[in-house]
Amino acid sequence: MELTTLRILATVASFIVFVAIAIWAWRNRNSSGFKEAESLPFTED
Amino acid sequence: MQLEHSQPSTYNDKVVRQFSIMAVVWGVVGMLMGVIIAAQLVWPELNLGLPWTSFGRLRPLHTNAVIFAFGGSALFATSYYVVQRTCQTRLFAGKLASFTFWGWQAVIIAAAISLPLGYTQGKEYAELEWPIDILIAIVWVSYAIVFFGTIGQRKVKHIYVANWFYGAFILAVALLHIVNSAAIPAGFMKSYSAYAGVQDAMVQWWYGHNAVGFFLTAGFLGMMYYFVPKQAERPVYSYSLSIVHFWAIIFTYMWAGPHHLHYTALPDWTQSLGMVFSLILLAPSWGGMINGIMTLSGAWHKLRTDPILRFLIVALSFYGMSTFEGPMMAIKTVNALSHYTDWTVGHVHSGALGWVGLISMGSLYYMVPRLFGQKQMFSIKAIELHFWLATIGIVLYISALWISGVMEGLMWRAMNADGTLAYTFVESVKAKFPYYFTRLLGGVLYLSGMLIMAWNVYKTATSGKPVLVNIPQVSAAHA
Repeated sequence: MELTTLRILATVASFIVFVAIAIWAWRNRNSSGFKEAESLPFTED
Repeated sequence: MQLEHSQPSTYNDKVVRQFSIMAVVWGVVGMLMGVIIAAQLVWPELNLGLPWTSFGRLRPLHTNAVIFAFGGSALFATSYYVVQRTCQTRLFAGKLASFTFWGWQAVIIAAAISLPLGYTQGKEYAELEWPIDILIAIVWVSYAIVFFGTIGQRKVKHIYVANWFYGAFILAVALLHIVNSAAIPAGFMKSYSAYAGVQDAMVQWWYGHNAVGFFLTAGFLGMMYYFVPKQAERPVYSYSLSIVHFWAIIFTYMWAGPHHLHYTALPDWTQSLGMVFSLILLAPSWGGMINGIMTLSGAWHKLRTDPILRFLIVALSFYGMSTFEGPMMAIKTVNALSHYTDWTVGHVHSGALGWVGLISMGSLYYMVPRLFGQKQMFSIKAIELHFWLATIGIVLYISALWISGVMEGLMWRAMNADGTLAYTFVESVKAKFPYYFTRLLGGVLYLSGMLIMAWNVYKTATSGKPVLVNIPQVSAAHA
């Protein structure tokens, strides 16, 4: 495979992964996991 | 503190205390160096006619001292503090953590000696010669082992978002430092870069801009995600946004470097790529800023009475301002005016004094009393005074250099009807005198605020004593 094609594929794949992360984070915005994580700084009090 | 080592049920705060104190000390030293060279620009005779005190040698000493000594110590201190508390475990490899402190201080001392003597690799923010570079790499790998080792032995399920940012900062800086510092030694304290020509320039600014993105941004965003919620006493505005914020920064920052090389021998497409990625960066930067500021939603009144919170929130405002200005300056046509002028220096300081400085100071004001068994800093009034001195200092500094920079850029490109240059270079230098004086004034205000902080920290530390903080017992529900 030509190097340029490989670079294009890597860029497109990265972009798709990012969009997937964004969608995943948004759909889980009310999940108990996120609630648990965001309260971590307060567990010592 | 032999006792501390024998108590696995407590946090290792000794190394946090050491780094916190040294952050304040190096802050004073680094900002004093800045004031000295700002004064040299107004009155060049202040270089004393000696090579060791000339601007060209003291300027890298200033940048290294504020970025790596002050900023670096603040990052070590806060990351060790935050990672233990959000993982509810003692720092991994206590002796190695102690080595990172002494090793990092050795790097700083070596820089303070070698830079005035004129030893330099000539790469901006990577001036230190190869033996010091090797020590930096060893300390940094140890830092990574301590930090990720601590995360590995965490007693909670999740890795809190602040640790993601600290972790990215540690990994990225290791990568940047090792690649950019690759050099062929030509004797003790002399080396040549492993790269040549425009590749060397591109590697340098890939390093340089990611030093901004990961050392001066990601690490300090780690501070934001812990200390803003703690001081505001409410969780971060949106945990989802913090995840998108993190990955957007990771996927974008690495490509912004070419904007430092507009209109150079760098291929045109690379310049355009750097410009486009710099513009994209506005989105994650502002997303993060909004996430931090909106954490205060419903508690805005606290800003009126709490100067520490004011440090943190005004820091975020300056973060927003400089991350708007940066993408704008990365546009090639804007850069044609701004590059090589004081505008760039003003932009950097709006980020450095406003964002990095204020967020570090706010975080240190939060940590220091807790590290010495006190409820709060020795003097709240002094924090208040520090806040106003710093803020007025920043505003004077950056507005003076904006005017000076735009004026200078316009003078350089002004042409007569016959196509000759309207001004000589020295005329543009002469025109900058009043702005250089105002900048010096701003710097003096900022430094005096830091001196007040040093006094306040000294009083807080001496009126309290180092304490052992117990790690809370984690319930089964958390594990």
